[in-house]
Parts: sequence; structure tokens; C-alpha cells
Amino acid sequence: MRKFTLIFLVTVVPMTSLAASGSGAELKPMEVRLNDTRSLQNGAKLFVNYCLSCHSAEFMRYGRMAEDLEIPVKLVEQNMIFSDAKIGDPMTATMPAEKAAEWFGVAPPDLSLTGRLRGPDWLYNYLTTFYVDETTVSGWNNIVFKNVAMPHVLTELQGRQRAVFRTESSEDGKEHKVFDHFEMETEGTMSAEEFDHAMRDLTNFLVYMGEPAKLHRIRYGMFVMLFLIVMFVFAYMLKREYWKDVDVSH
Amino acid sequence: MSFNDWFNDRLPVAQVVKDHLTEYYAPKNFNFWYFFGSLAMVVLVLQIVTGILLAMNYKPDADLAFASVEYIMRDVWGGWFVRYMHSTGSSFFFIVIYLHMFRGLMYGSYKNPRELIWIFGMIIYIAMMATAFFGYLLPWGQMSYWGAQVIVNLFETLPIIGGTLSEWIRGDYVISDITLNRFYAFHYLIPFILVALVYLHILALHQVGSNNPDGIEIKKGPKGNRWSKDAPADGVPFHPYFTVKDVMGLVVFLGLFFAVVFFVPELGGYFIEQPNFEPANPLKTPEHIAPVWYFTPYYAILRAVPSFAGTQVWGVLAMGAAIVVFFFLPWLDRSPVKSVRYKGPLTRMFLIIFAITFLVLGWLGTLAPTLEYTAMAQFLTVVYFLFFLLMPCYSGTGDNLGFSGFLLFVVSLLLVLSGLYIWWVQTPNLAMSMKWIYSIASVVLLFWFGFKPGWIKADPVKPVPERVTG
Repeated sequence: MRKFTLIFLVTVVPMTSLAASGSGAELKPMEVRLNDTRSLQNGAKLFVNYCLSCHSAEFMRYGRMAEDLEIPVKLVEQNMIFSDAKIGDPMTATMPAEKAAEWFGVAPPDLSLTGRLRGPDWLYNYLTTFYVDETTVSGWNNIVFKNVAMPHVLTELQGRQRAVFRTESSEDGKEHKVFDHFEMETEGTMSAEEFDHAMRDLTNFLVYMGEPAKLHRIRYGMFVMLFLIVMFVFAYMLKREYWKDVDVSH
Repeated sequence: MSFNDWFNDRLPVAQVVKDHLTEYYAPKNFNFWYFFGSLAMVVLVLQIVTGILLAMNYKPDADLAFASVEYIMRDVWGGWFVRYMHSTGSSFFFIVIYLHMFRGLMYGSYKNPRELIWIFGMIIYIAMMATAFFGYLLPWGQMSYWGAQVIVNLFETLPIIGGTLSEWIRGDYVISDITLNRFYAFHYLIPFILVALVYLHILALHQVGSNNPDGIEIKKGPKGNRWSKDAPADGVPFHPYFTVKDVMGLVVFLGLFFAVVFFVPELGGYFIEQPNFEPANPLKTPEHIAPVWYFTPYYAILRAVPSFAGTQVWGVLAMGAAIVVFFFLPWLDRSPVKSVRYKGPLTRMFLIIFAITFLVLGWLGTLAPTLEYTAMAQFLTVVYFLFFLLMPCYSGTGDNLGFSGFLLFVVSLLLVLSGLYIWWVQTPNLAMSMKWIYSIASVVLLFWFGFKPGWIKADPVKPVPERVTG
């Protein structure tokens, strides 16, 4: 029944394109480039220097990172491990989690899987939209993560920026504060463009860390597809050879 | 005496191969839809093999489970591959089974003399759902935890025994380490019961012979083909003809399967849900809890039914009924022909409506409920049940159904009336146009398909040919 096959195709296929919904805030898109090893290396550098003191990545081992990102083990040991961890150890924060919970109100979450949990777009926007806000405890706020407990640890790179909001009224007449743009208060050591690149690299690294296997699985997949295509030709010819005997119409 | 003879005198291997492969004559006109039975078996084996490999590294312990899955994903050699095959396999198992069931619906494979095959099949389906449900808790992510919490809480709505029952299932007051351990035990056990059920399913099938897209009993047709003069003329030996054909289908299937495994293992959150990348946290409820896609049609039905007389048990009962009603299909379908090819327009039309209803319900089940979505799910729930309840009527030959027909019609009428009550009385904010559309559509379905024998003698079936067609 061709008709039924067709009905199934037209009704099932469109449904698969419906992705899970986000948090509502508009996110600038971030293109992940896992084959860009230099970007991943730069991301790793930023990660161990700025994130790893408070956040752990308990499921990620230094050695795996060294191998995947083509960083010599010696360099990792000398420049990327700040605790007494060995190359085969997982990346644990230098700050104990209980102490951190005391200082920030919440324990900094483990970042091994954040790339998969939040997705690259969210992470990139989160990292770039910290702004000065005197009303919060830390003195910082964030556009995509409202009243976040984390202070802006990358201030020295980005500088201090203030968010400018405008008021908009929605259909039901209620007024909302909507983010408009940032104004720089003090400059950081990086230009706006450099910082943007750095955060894309860091996001890239976080996505890699969420699933290190992703570096390889797509390549393996190509070989598997190729094999199956060749195998299909043989399977089809074998089937046709046998079914020559059978008159299906009678 | 050769070793073969010695062996076969003691264990009838050769006979089994003959009965079920080389001398089992299957209709030669199997089409695309007949790939899914053998594919389902392949996926079952794949799930068992990958499952055993995962079990070698997985720890069923609330403190270790999440980390052990990540350990498999990162530190176990090839672990990510095995894990993705298993997670993708569970979804593909349901895709294959849903297509297999739809094939049964189209060609009347449940009808006399294949009622038992259908019933075993339904038991397999329920056992599969149980396995999938137990397995989904094991990664111990947020969605694992809260999904299990929601489903086990359903039992709480049952009167009197509800509280005790759900506590008994969990072994605790909330989903906990104890629950994880017992779910793991069941998740490991049920697949082997599935194997036994599949054996019975196939044994029953080979007893009566396979149906086919024409719904013709080839065993009752003329005898004699090029392999045997007693075999059905329209049959071909399963091996080698269908083994080589099924291998071809398998290769295509594996292409789709491995495309997901290697390129999009999460499939946009449908096969692996994003909140599951965060460890289970009993103190933090996710914004939106949705079961995996293969449960969502029933989940939509569950949510569609509002609470009534101070209890929410009605939704749970409706969800249960939505599954149980499939068991009665062999006796609800009273058409003189099996295949949709020769059935009348009413039957064909309602089958298409039902397939679309099932898919849209599945889509609604993944979404956060809004007023509009809930009303749509309510309407589709009415359609879902009308498909079954009115079937004796619209599929029949127009004869008097007596008391049972009257009873089914009263139940259908009550179903439609409760829909009308919900849209017009309980949901004042629903758009007027929607109220009218749903009301008119359900009343039209009820009277068109339900009163049919009054003005059409029978759903006009086409003549079934003697021999199978291409």
C-alpha cells in the first residue's frame, strides 16, 4: 500500500525536526567547530586558568585532553595542572566544593557535561553577557542567567560592562524590561573582538568536553555508512538472484 | 551412523530448521511492511547484547550510577558506541514495533485464525514498555528520576490501595537507591521473558501460517509449487527467499540506525533528553517533564482527561484502556475481508484517521500542556477510542449487533458527550471556533461511523481474488 507508506512519511518525518525548547531569552548563535584543534587548545587554556579553580570537570581526564587536543603530556603537566594531580587524573577544582558553597551560596556545578546540558548557544551567550549590577550580592548579573551566583571571573579580559535596558509593553499592557545593549565602563586586556573569539574557543572546548567521543564518532560513522552502501549492493544483487525464480504476480 | 543422525535422533535440530525455515512456506507477496517482524528480532538481540556489555560497567547505585554511565562514555574502550547503540536501539525498537503493529492493522493480521498471535504480540509490546520504563531510570539523570517519579505517582491515584501500591513499587516514599536497584533487576530480567514471548509469537504464527497484503489464506489456496507438490502454490520457502530479502532490508535499517548512532545520537532531544545530562536531584524539579517519545501518545491521553469527582484516576484509567483496547481488536473487527486493500471506504478512512490521531497525540505528549493543546488532545482521545468502539459497526456487514452493539454505542455516546461537556462547560476560555470544530467533528464521527448500518447496508468490500497479487 504505497498510499499508507506515503502518509506515514509525510506525518512522521516533520515531527523529528521539532527540537526541545530553550529558556526564552534570544540567543546569539554559536557555531561549534570540533575539528579546529587550535580553538580547542585555546579553550582548554582558558578553562584551566579561569574555570578550574572553582569548577571541576570530574569526568574529564587531563591525559584524554592532551591526547585529543594534541598537546604534549609534558606541556600539560607543566602548564595546565595547578594541583598535585597526575596526567591520568580527572580535572578537579583546586577549591573544595564545601568551601565554595559557603562563599557563593551554591557549590559551583561540575562542568564536564555542561556543554551537552545547556548547548553551545546558551554557553556562549552566558559567557559574554555578564554585566555590573550593584543590586546583587556578587555585584554582577547576567542576561541569560538572571541573578547568577557566579561573579564575572573574566573581567580582566573583557573589562566591565553595563547593561542598558529599554521598556516594552506586551499585548496585555504589562511593561517589561528588555535588554538593549552594553556600555563599556572599563576596558579589559582584550579587544571586544578578541574576547568574542576567546569565548567561542572556550565554548568549543566545553562542547568537546561534554562528549569527547564526538571527535571520532562522525569519522567512524562515515566508514560505517560507506560499508553499508557497498553491502547493500551485494545484498540487493543476492536477493534479485534468488527471486528470479519466483513469479510474484502468480 | 553419522554424527548428524546421532545428534538429530536426540535433538530435532534439522526438523526445527525445516519446519521454521527451509520448509516454512511464506506468502510470496510480502511487501515493505513485512520487514519489521524480523527487524524487531534483530533489535531485540542487539539490545540484549549491548545491554549485557553495558551491565559489565554500570553501577546500580544512586551515588555511582550517573558517573558510571559517563565512565562508559569516556573511559571504557568503545563504551560510547555500545551505549549509543543501546539508547538508539530502544527508540528504534519502538519505531519498528509501531510499524509492525500498523502492518497488522492494515492487513487484518489479528483476525481469525491469528488472534493468539496478536495477543502475544500485545503482551510483548507491554513487556517492552515495562523494560523501557525500568531502563530509563538507570542513567540516574534528572529526566530519569522525575519521569519515574511521575509514572509511579500515577498508581497513587487509584482508590484505597493507591498509596500503598506506589510505595510498594518504589520500596520507598520517593524514588531512591532502593528503587534504582529493583528497576535494574527488572530491566535485566524482562528481556529474557521477551525472548520467550517472541518464541510463542512465532510458534503461533507458524501454526496458522503468515498473513499477507492481500489477506488471503495461502494454505487454503491451490497446492503445489516448484519446491514441493503439497506446499501452498503462493508460498515460497522462508529460507533462502525471505532470509536474503530480509538481509537486504536489514542493511537499509542499519544505515538509518547507525546514522543516528554516529551522527545524531540525541536526535534533537527525542532519543536522549537534555535534562538527563544533569544528575538526578530530588530537590529540583525540571521545568517540563516529558516521557520519551514512544510513551507520549498515552501520556497525552493521560493529561487530556481532567480530574472528576475529586480524583485524577480517570486519566490513568483512560491511559490503561488505550493500551488494553488493542487486545480486543480481533473481535471488534467484523469485516468479512482482512486486508485494507479490499475493505470498504469507511474502514479505510477510519484507519487513516487513527494513524494520524496516534501520531499527533504523540507529538502533543512531548509539549508542555496549554489550553489549546489540551483541548486538541481531548478531541483526539475521543477519536482514538471511537476507532475501536465503533469498529464492530463500521467494519461489519450491516447485520444487527444486538445488545453488545447497543452497549458499545452507549459507551461511544458517553465518550462524545463528556468531550462536549469538557469543551463547553469546563473550558470557558477555549476559542469558540475550536469548540465548534471539535464538537461537530466528534458528533459526525459518532453518527457517520456508528449509525452506518441504518442507511448503508454494509461497508462495501471489494471482492478478494483467489490467488495473491503482486
